[in-house]
Amino acid sequence: MKRNLIVIGAGMATGRALEHLLDQDPDAYDITLFNAEPRGNYNRIMLSPVLAGDQTYDDIVTHDADWYDSHGITCRFGEKVAQIDRSAKTVTAENGDVLAYDKLVFGTGSNPFMIPLPGHDLEGVIAYRDLEDTERMMGMGPGNRVVVIGGGLLGLEAAAGMAARGVDVTVVHIMPHLMERQLDEAAGYLLRKALIEKGITVRCSANSKEILGQDGHVRALLLDDGTELPCDLLVMAVGIRPNVALANEAGLAVGRGIHVDDQMITSDADILAVGECVEHDGALFGLVAPLYDQARVVAATLLGQDATFVQKDLSTKLKVTGCDLFSAGDFADGEGREDIVFRDPGRGVYRRLVIEGDRVIGAVMYGDTADANWFFGLIRDRTEISEMRDTLIFGPAYQGGTPVDPLAAVAALPLEAEICGCNGVCKGTIVAAIEGGATDLGAVRAKTKASASCGTCTGLVEQLVAATTGAEVETKQAICGCSDLSHEEIRRLIKSQALKSMPAVWQELGWRTHDGCHVCRPALNFYLLADWPLDYADDPQSRFINERKHANIQKDGTFSVVPRMWGGITTPDELRAIADAADKYAVPTVKVTGGQRIDLLGVKGEDLPAIWADLNRAGLVSGHAYSKGLRTVKTCVGTDHCRFGTQDSTGLGVKLEKTLWGSWTPHKLKLAVSGCPRNCAEATCKDIGIVCVDSGYQIGIGGAAGMDVKETERLIDVGSEGEAIEVVMAITQLYRENAKYLDRIYKWVGKVGLDWVRERIADPTTRADLVARFELSQSIYRKDPWAEHAAKRAATYQPVADLTLAAAE
Amino acid sequence: MTWIDLGPLDAIPLRGARKVKTDMGCVAIFRTGADTVHALDNRCPHAGGPLAEGIVHGQSVTCPLHNWVFDLNTGQAQGADDGAVATYPCRVADGRILLDASRLTRGNAA
Ligand code: SRM
Ligand SMILES: Cc1cc2nc3c(=O)[nH]c(=O)nc-3n(C[C@H](O)[C@H](O)[C@H](O)COP(=O)(O)OP(=O)(O)OC[C@H]3O[C@@H](n4cnc5c(N)ncnc54)[C@H](O)[C@@H]3O)c2cc1C
Ligand code: SF4
Ligand code: FES
Repeated sequence: MKRNLIVIGAGMATGRALEHLLDQDPDAYDITLFNAEPRGNYNRIMLSPVLAGDQTYDDIVTHDADWYDSHGITCRFGEKVAQIDRSAKTVTAENGDVLAYDKLVFGTGSNPFMIPLPGHDLEGVIAYRDLEDTERMMGMGPGNRVVVIGGGLLGLEAAAGMAARGVDVTVVHIMPHLMERQLDEAAGYLLRKALIEKGITVRCSANSKEILGQDGHVRALLLDDGTELPCDLLVMAVGIRPNVALANEAGLAVGRGIHVDDQMITSDADILAVGECVEHDGALFGLVAPLYDQARVVAATLLGQDATFVQKDLSTKLKVTGCDLFSAGDFADGEGREDIVFRDPGRGVYRRLVIEGDRVIGAVMYGDTADANWFFGLIRDRTEISEMRDTLIFGPAYQGGTPVDPLAAVAALPLEAEICGCNGVCKGTIVAAIEGGATDLGAVRAKTKASASCGTCTGLVEQLVAATTGAEVETKQAICGCSDLSHEEIRRLIKSQALKSMPAVWQELGWRTHDGCHVCRPALNFYLLADWPLDYADDPQSRFINERKHANIQKDGTFSVVPRMWGGITTPDELRAIADAADKYAVPTVKVTGGQRIDLLGVKGEDLPAIWADLNRAGLVSGHAYSKGLRTVKTCVGTDHCRFGTQDSTGLGVKLEKTLWGSWTPHKLKLAVSGCPRNCAEATCKDIGIVCVDSGYQIGIGGAAGMDVKETERLIDVGSEGEAIEVVMAITQLYRENAKYLDRIYKWVGKVGLDWVRERIADPTTRADLVARFELSQSIYRKDPWAEHAAKRAATYQPVADLTLAAAE
Repeated sequence: MTWIDLGPLDAIPLRGARKVKTDMGCVAIFRTGADTVHALDNRCPHAGGPLAEGIVHGQSVTCPLHNWVFDLNTGQAQGADDGAVATYPCRVADGRILLDASRLTRGNAA
């Protein structure tokens, strides 16, 4: 006798399960199929091509009415199962019909998760899950604006599909890079770049605050930074939740999904579940490959055969957007792993393999995924790769390995890319000169002026000569083991290619490592923040500990705390606050520094935020005694008290310190102002030193008194205090924009020449531009990091856990 | 094994570290750019530098005092430097950092 089978949900999983069942034994069951959607099964993953206009709904239907008919399945489309009575073994339909079952299969799929933002129930706020959603999006066209919340697979497919229809689309993503669960930063960076090229606006690290409406319809999305993004339709694609409500009510064991065993049986022996609604061995499923494996097992179990569902590694390919993108396996948590990275900036290719032991366990690829299946095979089959490890990354065809072209970075530059910033010479001009017979550096220089001024582009010009003529390049000093490029080349390329993030530099300049090292990262962090103050967010993790924690680390792991004393001036109140802090935090050593201020040495790392907050209350701020940035401005007493003083050296020193503090520079920056040529503030051995004279201010640069002792060279004389401050700002900015990381001013001037600096500082327009750019950067950095850390990041200074307490309990 | 929940993964910044106080001294918990976590003694064998304050890159950390570089998986010093720090099992499950504390609490010290 035929038994009754009731199936809840005509989705991709049950569709496949029914196929297997009917293939093997068409007469085993009388089947009734409920589906909440008013239709049979279609290929949900092809909704994106439908949205993009590449396919129609009819193309993606997998089981139509005829199919169900010919297989004798009773369909109740547009009807939900409302209730289940497990003891009576019946289900109740929404219209009250009660049907008996021998076996029941759940295939209820998932519900899209809607973030409960204010306004999420406005008309025009949709998810991306079914045909109705797709049709809403297909109703948009040129002239419409759509915001998509969520930069994962679904959100990006929705965005790309609508962009292909001419819609103005903005993707808002909360994480710093797109598809963070499938891709690493480097691939996320390339993806973002490709989407921007398609005209999609991408906003990462953006937090949605509220959905704004008008007359009950969505009008705009408001971000928590106050930005309003106007839109006619808002698509939320932020994730899915297994649809377990009915199973819960029926009293089945449910965690995040409906619990099933290896045979896909739930906690009730007569009820099975399949698809996105299940939880198997702690895992949920959001891609079809595992659902199809489950479907086979469900059919077998229903027919009393042995079958076992085994979880496998998954791979993701992004469709529709035309971005070649692939990720597979596990490149997230776990121990004992190693990376192999390959980048070809010229072709926009990125590949990363994650190796554990002698196996590939994860892969991320962008730009060229031709070998994706081969790598996926290595992961899936746990192939031993020790033999081919050296050449593995090049893929199956390249066993033997072609080395990466060291000239790729420069060869990849577009012809209009500016190579020589000083003389405004672009790559095209230089290439033309080389092709016209200027085949060495000197000749190119003579003909185009490229590299004839500050010279920082010399390396690039040489590489261009090499790339164009095929000649050998002399190897210069590479920044570190991660790249063959020199500091100067990197600085130039960051500007000419407008590279504004660390992953952008790693990718476009072909870094050999996954995320740099302790040598290159601090340098890159400085170059990026100096060149793009508004676009680049400082990365504390790429800073040496002193700059990350705003205090000098001591040999015993404690820290020193040096508050600023502007121009060396202090007050009894400040001194009392310092004395109180020294008492309160049991500071072992209090010392007067060589920079006219007081050092509290030996403060515990955990106490830093508290001692800073105390000092802040007395008006004291960070002295940046730890920074590659402005340290001190030493002064002498000047006209205030000294019988020889010619100008207010103390006052100027204080003004300079207040103007420059907080700024980051290639190396530390020390200033001094002396009131007369007796020079009691030692201004002639500072990076920038000012000696006051009757007629005004003599400004010198390039002094030092550390490992090298150098006397400053006179740069320029000015008549007024205001002009002196302007000149100092301009010098500082010129130094920030051009010097190699960790070159003090004297080293930098030694390379570019004092005349080159003077020309720029003396020219009123250039000087004004430098001052303006300095001020722009200072609008972000002229603030007290101590106050900020004490207020917002104090917790990070404490241990993440204290197990000595746990043990004592 | 005694797995102890140290908190959510993002309690530690990407390419960063935090320390855990234990009866056996401080242990540094590292999070790499690839989101792997690792637990190592927070004492550099060279001169006691606090490794949790170093720069994390790839699967390594550079000691803040004199730039020795350690492999986070093995605890071995890299390159020319010779030395090692103890490592402890540490992993991420459901977005939480778990540390095996069986060698770190007093009763189980043997
Ligand atoms: C605290 C202080 C010594 C003192 O007790 O007076 C000091 C302490 C350190 N100096 Fe200095 N320098 C101090 C004034 C100087 C001076 C004198 C001055 O500024 O007038 C010099 C020579 C002038 C110069 O810089 O040209 C000086 C030349 C150096 C150098 C060599 C720099 C060079 O380019 O040759 C270094 C090494 C470096 O920066 O790479 C250095 C590095 C250091 C470091 C930061 C070493 C380190 O990285 O840990 C020391 C931190 C000690 C600690 O544990 O906190 N310190 N150092 C002085 C702090 C001044 C302040 O108020 O900020
Ligand atoms: C736009 C889009 C693109 C995708 N792209 C990919 C991709 O590229 N690759 C990939 O592997 N996966 C992709 N997926 C995921 C894939 O489509 C799903 O994993 C798969 O469809 C899940 O199948 P299912 O049968 O579990 O659930 P579904 O296909 O969702 O079917 C569940 C059905 O159950 C019905 N139902 C729910 N409750 C009841 C009830 N009480 N009574 C009656 N019926 C009910 C629902 O109406 C629904 O029709 C994509 C998904 C979407 C939305
Ligand atoms: S001279 Fe400076 S760097 Fe050297 S020990 Fe003294 S404080 Fe430290
Ligand atoms: S203490 Fe770690 S390198 Fe010296």
